[in-house]
Amino acid sequence: MALTPVTPSSTSFTASTTAVAGAIAGLLVGTSQGNAFLGVVIGAALLAAVTFVALQMREREKPVRWIILTGFALAGFLMGGLSAGIIGVLFGWFFGWFIFWIGETRYRATLVPYLTPGQVLWHYGFRVICGAIFVFLITPILVVLPLSFNAQDFFTFTPEMLRLDPEGYSLKHYRDFFTNQDWQRSFRNSLIIAPIATVISVTLGTLAAIGLSQSHVPGRRAIMAILISPMIVPLIISATGMFFFYSQIGQVLENNLGLSKTFVGYVKVVLAHAVLGIPFVIITVTATLVGFDRSLTRAAANMGAGPVTTFFRVQMPLILPGVISGGLFAFITSFDEVVVVLFVGSARQKTLPWQMFTGLREQISPTILAVATILVVISIALLTTVELLRRRSERLRGITPS
Amino acid sequence: MTLTRTLLATTALSMTAGLVSAEDMANEMTIVSWGGAYSASQQNAYHTPYSENTGVTIINDESSAEAVAKLRAMNEAGNVTWDVVDVVAADAIRLCDEGLALEIDPDTQLAAAPDGTPASEDFGDLLVSDCFIPQIVYSTTFGYRTDLVGDTPPTEICAVFDTETYPGKRSLEKRAINNMEWALLCDGVAKEDVYDVLETPEGQEQALAKLDTIKDDVIWWSAGADTPQLLADGEVVMGSTYNGRLFSVIEEQKQPVAMLWDAQIFDLDGWIIPTGLSPERQARALDYIMFATDTQRLADQAKWISYGPARASSAPLVGQHADLGIDMAPHMPTDPENAKNTFLYNYEFWADYRDDIEAKFQAWLAK
Repeated sequence: MALTPVTPSSTSFTASTTAVAGAIAGLLVGTSQGNAFLGVVIGAALLAAVTFVALQMREREKPVRWIILTGFALAGFLMGGLSAGIIGVLFGWFFGWFIFWIGETRYRATLVPYLTPGQVLWHYGFRVICGAIFVFLITPILVVLPLSFNAQDFFTFTPEMLRLDPEGYSLKHYRDFFTNQDWQRSFRNSLIIAPIATVISVTLGTLAAIGLSQSHVPGRRAIMAILISPMIVPLIISATGMFFFYSQIGQVLENNLGLSKTFVGYVKVVLAHAVLGIPFVIITVTATLVGFDRSLTRAAANMGAGPVTTFFRVQMPLILPGVISGGLFAFITSFDEVVVVLFVGSARQKTLPWQMFTGLREQISPTILAVATILVVISIALLTTVELLRRRSERLRGITPS
Repeated sequence: MTLTRTLLATTALSMTAGLVSAEDMANEMTIVSWGGAYSASQQNAYHTPYSENTGVTIINDESSAEAVAKLRAMNEAGNVTWDVVDVVAADAIRLCDEGLALEIDPDTQLAAAPDGTPASEDFGDLLVSDCFIPQIVYSTTFGYRTDLVGDTPPTEICAVFDTETYPGKRSLEKRAINNMEWALLCDGVAKEDVYDVLETPEGQEQALAKLDTIKDDVIWWSAGADTPQLLADGEVVMGSTYNGRLFSVIEEQKQPVAMLWDAQIFDLDGWIIPTGLSPERQARALDYIMFATDTQRLADQAKWISYGPARASSAPLVGQHADLGIDMAPHMPTDPENAKNTFLYNYEFWADYRDDIEAKFQAWLAK
């Protein structure tokens, strides 16, 4: 949608703009080749020259862009083989587009005509900054993914990997995860402990939040503060306290009730994780309750529903989003938790984060990266499923998702 | 005196033997060790055969790094969940002094050598504490990148301090022990005088001054896996770590790395049994120890990792690597070819001076 009619901008303006972009690209390439300064100079000069030539043939845009793309790809390939060639293609595609985007003043086409150059610059600068923040957040996670396919037992991009040689990649770390007893047992433990702890924290946390939102409860600020405290107190301190507290409880359970050591071990870790998860549930549910209309419960009571029926039929469905997100937080807290389980658990209850922690300390093995990759994929799948289900239910209820 | 003791011990043993039959021993045990390739070698050499023989379930806990602190806490809480713990000799001495580890009589509670030599003689000097059952001899030594040292690969320890011939980063452990000794050795102190010099504040200053000359070129490590990773990355030209880790980098991972055995520092690693176990669990732990530290088992461990067995009688039985099929003897820190110049770690010295020197070292690090 063109808001503003565009006229070609001057060659010198275009060339200097693309030269700046070329200098930045040159900085990246130059740094990787060991001479940043030379990279900047060559990048700027090259882009300025290419821009001059390209703008002489404005009317034949398509072939010119193809030539630029091929040129960059060839240069990359000659410099560093296949992978550099691919980077060259990306550079070539981008600069081919960029030269004409600037040269034909297309950047103004979608903006309102009365903007000053400064406002236009800020319009795009703002988007670039947002993109940079996004890259900054996501890169550490993305870097892990290719490393988990490393054929070597180190956290290193080997020369074979950089050349995209199939020899440099393997699935052996995934195989290790699925066949190694230690990893499998800890994965199972996490899958046992986290859901049970989540159910407990969601139940207790929701009840506490509902109780604390009643205005007639005495000292509710103090109670709230105590219930939230596991979130505020440094974890290592809670963990130390829990260690001694649950040791006593565990002995009572073992000696007086005759429960097996293993079972008691799980009970201890589940309870400890439930305590850590409760504050998250309380906070999210309390936040949802603020928007909850109390007259609805009175209306339900008026029509003869008991408090329990009212809760499950009226209140619960309305605060469900808060309960679910609180539950997700509680689940992640337990699933990610390493400090408390190190103190409270014994080796039988070794969870996935514990195994990753020892793996990192004793033996920097890319199996950890393989596990991380699997977890990332699972979380993406989970969140996507939740979102799809939400949209589906909204569609069924006749609300169009925004 | 000795006679009475032996008599007492024998009676105690026969009584225990009479009282505790296989049914009275716990059928599950938690063994604490260091994790990684080391735990794997123990799993293969000790745990698997022991489980097969007795039907006992063995759970591995990789907590040896914090064994002392955790055992103290467990003891205070009256809830010791570990049955057998793998610790370095220095930790065993501390635990024994604090009464957290069970005293062991080697001749009655450990297996004799196949030729009848009693365990106390077979282990010899390595029994550094009454509670400590030695398992392996390992050394802390240097590995270097063969492709980054030019045509003259380093042959002696002082190459670490020679940043002109061998430019690039080095990795050293983030603690005083070993580094101070190496620094003095390379500052012209004779090997036998090192601990005498290190006793004095001037000597400590001298060692730190020597370390100061390479401080800008050092990457400090704290976990045994750090140096192998740094060497594989080519981030350091040489670095210190445990010899078994270097073996794995060189032979199993095929990295361009070689060993610099000069002035390697020997240390011991072995088992302790915590105090405060129930009689059934203690009987099980003792039974396990008897099995796992016999001559053949110790020799078997060397099939999976290049640490020297602690028994003299195990050395001739050391064979080939289980997967690679290479002879393990030349990779042992105790092999005569590798042990031409070794440095003997002085436990007593470090027991007395550790806190003081460590504080100075950390202060120097932070400067």
